[in-house]
Amino acid sequence: MANLFPKWTNWLPLKILVILFVLGNAVTAGVWYYFTPKYTRVGYEPIQPVPFPHDIHVSQLGMDCRYCHSFVEVAAHSNVPNTQTCMNCHSQVQKDNPKLQAVRESWKSELPVSWVQIHKTPDYVYFNHSAHVNRGVSCFSCHDQVNHMAVVYHAKPHSMSWCLDCHRAPENNLRPREQVTNLDWKPSDENAQTFTAKYGKPPGEEQKDFSGEVKLTQLEIGNTLKHNWNVQPPDINCFACHR
Amino acid sequence: MANHTATLDSDAAAVKRVPLIINDRKANWVTDNISTIVEAKTPIWWWVAFCITAPIALFGCFCIAYQISTGVGVWGENHPVGWAWDITNFVFWIGIGHAGTLISAILFLTRQKWRTSINRASEAMTLFAVVCAGIFPGIHVGRVWMVWFLAPVPWYNGIWPNFRSPLLWDVFAVSTYFTVSVLFWYTGLVPDLATLRDRAKSRVKKFFFTVFALGWRGSNRQWRHYEMAYLILAGLSTPLVLSVHSVVSFDFATSVIPGWHATIFPPYFVAGAIFGGFAMVLTILIPARLLYPQLYDVITQQHVEKMAKIILLTGSIVGYAYAMEFFVAWYGANPYEQWAFLRNRLADPYIIGPALHVQPAPYWWAYWSMITCNVIAPQLFWKKSWRRNTLIVFIVCNFVNAGMWFERFVIIVTSISRDFIPSSWHLYHPSWVEIWTFIGTFGIFLSLFLLFMRFLPMIAMSEVKIVLPEADPHHNAPDAHVGVEAHH
Repeated sequence: MANLFPKWTNWLPLKILVILFVLGNAVTAGVWYYFTPKYTRVGYEPIQPVPFPHDIHVSQLGMDCRYCHSFVEVAAHSNVPNTQTCMNCHSQVQKDNPKLQAVRESWKSELPVSWVQIHKTPDYVYFNHSAHVNRGVSCFSCHDQVNHMAVVYHAKPHSMSWCLDCHRAPENNLRPREQVTNLDWKPSDENAQTFTAKYGKPPGEEQKDFSGEVKLTQLEIGNTLKHNWNVQPPDINCFACHR
Repeated sequence: MANHTATLDSDAAAVKRVPLIINDRKANWVTDNISTIVEAKTPIWWWVAFCITAPIALFGCFCIAYQISTGVGVWGENHPVGWAWDITNFVFWIGIGHAGTLISAILFLTRQKWRTSINRASEAMTLFAVVCAGIFPGIHVGRVWMVWFLAPVPWYNGIWPNFRSPLLWDVFAVSTYFTVSVLFWYTGLVPDLATLRDRAKSRVKKFFFTVFALGWRGSNRQWRHYEMAYLILAGLSTPLVLSVHSVVSFDFATSVIPGWHATIFPPYFVAGAIFGGFAMVLTILIPARLLYPQLYDVITQQHVEKMAKIILLTGSIVGYAYAMEFFVAWYGANPYEQWAFLRNRLADPYIIGPALHVQPAPYWWAYWSMITCNVIAPQLFWKKSWRRNTLIVFIVCNFVNAGMWFERFVIIVTSISRDFIPSSWHLYHPSWVEIWTFIGTFGIFLSLFLLFMRFLPMIAMSEVKIVLPEADPHHNAPDAHVGVEAHH
C-alpha cells in the first residue's frame, strides 16, 4: 500500500507540540488569573435594597463602625444592623427620602431589609471577628477603606493564601486598639513618644531614640504590638479555622 | 591431533546452550508468525473471552460510580478498619507491575537475552496492573473531585500537600512509575509498529500504525538513537523496580501500628512484588501460548523454567521475611507487636492456638492461606521436572496470585482491626460493592490485555530477532573443526 501521508506531514508532530505548548501555557495562565478570588471576588458590588453610603455616614458624619456593627468586638459574627438602628436617626432625619423607602417598609412590616451579603466566608471556615479586632487588626485590613465607599464592594481577595499572608506575618496589619476602627489611620500618624511609652520600643531597636520627630513605620508598630500582646496566629494548624 | 579436536568438539557440545528461540526459526518466521496474531481475523475464542471480561469490567466501573456517587459508606470499612480491600487491592496490583519493569529494565541491563521473548507482554501487563492499582487510592479518598489536592499545585489556598507524608511520596512514585513504564513500552514498540505499518492491508490500520510508528524507517541512525533511548529508559526504570514498592511499604512502615511499623518492609515488599509479578506474567503467558501455538517456539520451556526459578527465589525471600517479622517481634520485646503477630495472625483454632492456650486469631485463615500459597507452594519448584511442567507451574502461579493478595490483606486488616483499645475492636467484612470492584479490576485488566493481544504485537519482534542464531555474527561461519573432520 502506498504511503498515506504526504511529505508536509513530517512537520505535523512538531506543529502539534508547539500548539499544545502554547495552549497549555494559555490555559495555565488563564486559570491562574481568572480562577482566583483576586479576579472572582474583588470588585463584587451588588445592588442593595438601600444604597447605603458609608462615606457620608463615616467620613462626613463621623460615625464609628461599631455604632451599627455593634457585636464586632464581642462576637465571632459582625452583625449587619437591624432596621431599628437605622430608625434611631432616620425616624427624624431624611424621614421622607425616597431612597429610604425599604427601611421604612421594614420598620412598618417588622421584616428585615434584605441586604445582600458581600463578604462571604465558606461554612467550613470559622472566622472570629472579635479575636481579630481585639488584637489590633483593623477593619481596613480585610474590608479596605469602607469609609470612602459610596456603596460597599469587595475590595480584598479573601482567599486562604491571603489569610495566611497575615497569619504568617501579622506585624504588617497590627495597630493600636483605639485605631482599629479608624480606617484613615497611617503608621506615621502615631506619636512615637506616646506609643513607645505605652507599648515599649520595637524589638531589636531598644537603643534607638524615639524622642524627636521620629516617624514610626508599620513594621515597628506591628512588631512592638506583636511582642507586647504575644500575638501568635496559628499558621500551620488547620484546626485553627477549620474544625 | 585428531584426538585433541574430538575432545574440543565434545566440550563444545557439553557447554552448548539451548537456543532461546527453538526449532531454528528465522527472522522472517518471527515477523510472519507474530504479525499474523494482529493481522488475522478476530478468533472466536477472543470474542468469547472478551464478552466475559468486558461486562465484568463494566460492572466494576458501575460499582466505582456507585461508590463515588453514594460515598465510601457503601464499603464495609468502619472504625478502626479504615483501610481494607481498597488498599489491599492497590498494593496487590501495583506489586504485579514490578515483574514487567524488572524484565524490561534490570534483565536488559544485566544482558539476560531471554527477556526478549516475554518483555513486551510483561510491560503491557505492568501498565494494565498500574491502571487497576491507580483506581483504588483514587476512589478511597471519598471525594474524588478533590483528589487533585494530592498534586503540589500553587493555588490561592496557599497550602501544599504534606511532603513529609509517605502517602504523597506514593503519588509521585506511582505516577513516575506509570509514566516511565509507558515510555519504555512505547519506545520498544516503535520498530514493531513500523513492521506492521509496512505489512498493513487496510487503510485504517495503515493510518494508525503510520502515526504511531513515528516515521520509523529502520535506518542505522534511527537504530543508534533507539538503542540509546532504550538504554537510558532502562537506567531510569531500574531504580523504580526497587523504589516504587519501597515507597508503598512506607505507607505502613512509617506508622506506629504494630504489624505495620517494621523496618524490614521495603525489601520484603519489593521481593513480594517481583514474586507476585512473575506469577502473573506466567498466568497470562501460559494460556496465551496455548491459544497461539507458534509462541511455543518463542516462549519456550526454558523461559517458563527461568521464571519459575525467580518465583522460587523471591518466594523464599518472602518466606524468610515472614519469619523475620516474628523474630523481630520477639527480639524487639514489644508486647503489642508480639500480640499482633501471635493473637491477630498466627494463632489458629486447631494447633497453635490450643497449644499456646490463646483464643484463635479472627483472621487466622487469611494468615495461613498466605503461608500456604506464598511460602509452601513455590517450594515445588525445587524439583526440575515440576518447574518444567506447565500445568504445575500454572497452578502454583495461581496459588501465588492468591497468596500475594492474602499477604496484603493480612498486613492491612489484621493489624488495625484489633488495635490498642479493645473497646474499639471491630471485625471487617467487605460489602458486595468492594468485592465487585475488585473483581471488576480483573475484568479491566484482562479486557485491556485481550485488546493488547489483538491490536499490538505481543512479542517484541525486533528484539527477538536479535537473539536468533541467525543474528550471531559467527552464524554459518566456516567451522575450523568441522573442516578438519571433513578432510579426514
